[in-house]
Amino acid sequence: MTATMSYAYAVARDDDDTLARALSGLPGVADAPVHLVRQGEMVVAVSPVPEQDFQESALRAHLEDLEWLESVARAHHRVIGALAERTTVLPLRLATVYLDDERVRQMLDARQEAFAGRLSELTAHTEWGVKIYVETPAATERPAAPPAAADLSPGRAYLSHRRAQRHAREDAYREAEEVARRVEDAARHHAVDRVQHRAQQGELARGPGENVINDAYLVPVGHAEGFRADVLRAAEGLTGVRVEVTGPWAPYSFATPPETEPMKRAAP
Amino acid sequence: MRAADGRPPAVAQEPLPDRQIALIDLLDRLLSGGVVLTGDVVLSIADIDLVRISLRALIVSISEQMPAPWSATAPPVRDGHDG
Repeated sequence: MTATMSYAYAVARDDDDTLARALSGLPGVADAPVHLVRQGEMVVAVSPVPEQDFQESALRAHLEDLEWLESVARAHHRVIGALAERTTVLPLRLATVYLDDERVRQMLDARQEAFAGRLSELTAHTEWGVKIYVETPAATERPAAPPAAADLSPGRAYLSHRRAQRHAREDAYREAEEVARRVEDAARHHAVDRVQHRAQQGELARGPGENVINDAYLVPVGHAEGFRADVLRAAEGLTGVRVEVTGPWAPYSFATPPETEPMKRAAP
Repeated sequence: MRAADGRPPAVAQEPLPDRQIALIDLLDRLLSGGVVLTGDVVLSIADIDLVRISLRALIVSISEQMPAPWSATAPPVRDGHDG
């Protein structure tokens, strides 16, 4: 028998007692069953996790292990996804851990009002990811330079090739800038808030191309299809740029209210 | 959800099978989004940043030092000169 702690996933309102069903049979972190800790009509989805893995130092070490991190992240997301299919959820940051369920209840009790307020604001909204990729000649192996005239010396042919490559890249960035503008226009019609994530790089970033924009938009449910369609249209007719839309997501990026004014204000 | 205009969607739209979701998209949200509470295991934001740093090869976060090639997503300004 191992000692356990309480891993908290998300907060939601459950006034008609239906959320427990959404969680039944669903494996949480460490494959443990997920239950609800309740305070009035507010609930926190919680599951027991082995204390030895989630104590501070162990947790810190584990989080550097990509495989471990992935399994926790996917479980976290699975639980939030199941809830989000039924209701508005307020996701908690990955690896929010309490000593026991009673501590979770105390936390919920103390913050009930703030949670309820944000949940109301997020009702009937989902998050959408928009990523813009520049498909540079290097990435696409686009024959940017015509295998330059045979009468050029190797040195000059090389330079001419490099120049052509550079121009193609500059064009691609310019196009990406145009696409970003179009996406913002689309967003003005449909979205109520935006969070900019860091551009994705490194081994986990899946190309093709270079990710230059990695944004999340908060979109009213009724606007979701229009938003998606308009955003996907933004790259139409442009060859060096690709737009990817992900979602709908639970409002991970918008769990806390914006510190600055929402983007609507920026609309001309 | 259907593809709004018949073109193939850029990504699978079903929210269900989580294995289809790219880990990096998930980590973008789970490591920087969500409500931050001080649980009983105090893993500070700084620690999460540490995670980012130690996974630098995987989830690089160099945009502070190396900004995007342009600042198109800065709040729209109308008074600039257009090309």
